[in-house]
Amino acid sequence: MDRIAQAFARARANNRAVFVAYLCAGDPDQETSLAACRALIESGVDLLELGVPFSDPLADGLTNQLAAQRALDGGMTAAGVFALVHRLRTEFPELPIVFYTYYNLVFSNGVGAYVRAAREAGVDGMLTLDLPPEEGAELSAACAQEGIKTVLIVAPTTPESRLPIIARAATGFIYYVSREGVTGVRDSVATDMPAAVARIKAHTTLPVVVGFGISKREHVAEVAACADGVVVGSALVNTIRDHLADRAGIPAAMAARARDLVAGVSRSAVPGP
Amino acid sequence: MAVAPAPAPPASARLSLPDSAGHFGVYGGVYVPETLMTALSDLTAAYEIARNDPAFQSELRHHLKEFAGRPTELYFAERLTAHCGGAKIYLKREDLLHTGAHKINNALGQALLAKRMGKKRIIAETGAGQHGVATAAVCAKFGLECVVYMGAVDMERQALNVFRMRLMGAEVRGVEAGQKTLKDAVNEAMRDWVTNVRGTHYILGSALGAHPYPMMVRDFHRVIGQEAKEQLRQREGRLPDEIIACVGGGSNAIGIFYDFLDEASVRLIGVEAGGRGIKRGEHAARFEGGKLGVLQGSKTYILQNPDGQIELTHSVSAGLDYAAIGPEHAYYRDQGRIGYAYACDDEVMESFQLVSRLEGIIPALETTHALVHGLKRAKEMRKDEILLINLSGRGDKDVNQVAKMLGVTLR
Repeated sequence: MDRIAQAFARARANNRAVFVAYLCAGDPDQETSLAACRALIESGVDLLELGVPFSDPLADGLTNQLAAQRALDGGMTAAGVFALVHRLRTEFPELPIVFYTYYNLVFSNGVGAYVRAAREAGVDGMLTLDLPPEEGAELSAACAQEGIKTVLIVAPTTPESRLPIIARAATGFIYYVSREGVTGVRDSVATDMPAAVARIKAHTTLPVVVGFGISKREHVAEVAACADGVVVGSALVNTIRDHLADRAGIPAAMAARARDLVAGVSRSAVPGP
Repeated sequence: MAVAPAPAPPASARLSLPDSAGHFGVYGGVYVPETLMTALSDLTAAYEIARNDPAFQSELRHHLKEFAGRPTELYFAERLTAHCGGAKIYLKREDLLHTGAHKINNALGQALLAKRMGKKRIIAETGAGQHGVATAAVCAKFGLECVVYMGAVDMERQALNVFRMRLMGAEVRGVEAGQKTLKDAVNEAMRDWVTNVRGTHYILGSALGAHPYPMMVRDFHRVIGQEAKEQLRQREGRLPDEIIACVGGGSNAIGIFYDFLDEASVRLIGVEAGGRGIKRGEHAARFEGGKLGVLQGSKTYILQNPDGQIELTHSVSAGLDYAAIGPEHAYYRDQGRIGYAYACDDEVMESFQLVSRLEGIIPALETTHALVHGLKRAKEMRKDEILLINLSGRGDKDVNQVAKMLGVTLR
């Protein structure tokens, strides 16, 4: 079993949802970013979603845009992202790492070469935000060849007719964005989320995670009750943003924030809906 | 003068492009977040019905005539022709359209489509402000809510257009991200669309982005070439030998070229922005140093660094200051059907003044790129040849910036 499937199996065995944490690789610099990732993992995060910083992140809200900008300004490069993954992979051999990226970064020097480099660094999956299944054949083939899993998004606007297409293209898990719009913290979880998760599950045996805007432990618990995993991104990225003047303090702040949120994934602690 | 035989249009590739998924060969396509996939397929379906609906086409023709001022004149530039001493220079006067540029053709078409789709809110991006002004005008006319995204740098260099949009009731939102120019405005417009997709139509202003935009925008501008072809036939009894247009995203160029693609004797040249010269970050000539990539919905030639990060661009003209070129242009460049050149800022400043002085026409800085190359080509061509230049927009919006660059203080 691959690392992604193992993480979901472990969580299921423990009656909890997988906690997926997002950070932008290299935000605000390589060493701090590594330390922040380490703090997340040591605080109980099950799966790390690493944003690969892109100059034009059009699916991201301001929080993630600024994080990408900080990372690029801090000197992050493609080679730097792979180096970061490699160090995490060495320290945490069981941890699933998924790239959250834009297609030009994958495509520009050859999809095959990029995916091979990702696998060699220790990447387990790829979520390519601006690559719908209709254009994804080349990346899917390269990922299949290298044993990297594909992660696909389902949006609230996705009609029933597209679900089989998306389900066929996904090999790792499916990510349901609980809100229309770009990434960013929201005040509440969308009310139709449980039904949407059920609708997706009718088309796939892969795990379904839910994200976009989850920032409180109660929201984590709400999602954990009906989905296989919970994604928290902007709330963690904001922790970096709030500590830019004290970079050495970022790992401790990140650990505190993550521990609070991770506590929400346990289903035994919270009654289901 | 011999009338060129009108050959039956060959069953060329032109008529079948893009394919049903929006591809022009390897270019184009639909590279967008999942949230937009349904909006784009709904738009494609609505447009397919509209383009084949005589009622839609006749309504569009009506507004193009009464509101926009079509057909535009084909003007023989006598003094420019004498100045160059070569080919006869004709200018297709899209600058005479309402709001000052060809952009209104597409804005009208898409606004009518949005109405048919029941969308009450319109968003748009703008660089030089011409597309924003055209969109603001059609939204005022049809009573639609209008939000225009514009880079903060462009808002400053095109302050007049910002005020024009606001006068017509549009909300202009400044974009502070990235380089604060056209590309960043497109990102922000797409973010808005991702968020408000159900009730909003995005009037994209160039032959760029995800399918169906490159096809749809081209179709709405195709009238430029159709008119010019007929006007030249009446005036000269033949086809032009060469057609030149400036290329940012490439909407005015594909609009005037399209009906000549099957006329093998007609050379077609697009002119990109050479900025301060072809050095990284100093220009916007995608075919000079760009490479194949994916940006803002489409696979095409893009100025990017070795990692695939999008490069900074520069042009004196905000409307050409963009890192990607429309996918159909990339396709016809590969086919060798359309050639590409570039013009630099200093040449543009010179021709801007020359054309103003010799013809009494102040061209937009974007358009002046086509004129720079056109004047060079006219000198190389024979006197019995005909050069058609698309005068895509007027330069009123640019006079403040030009005065500043020339060191003239306007009071």
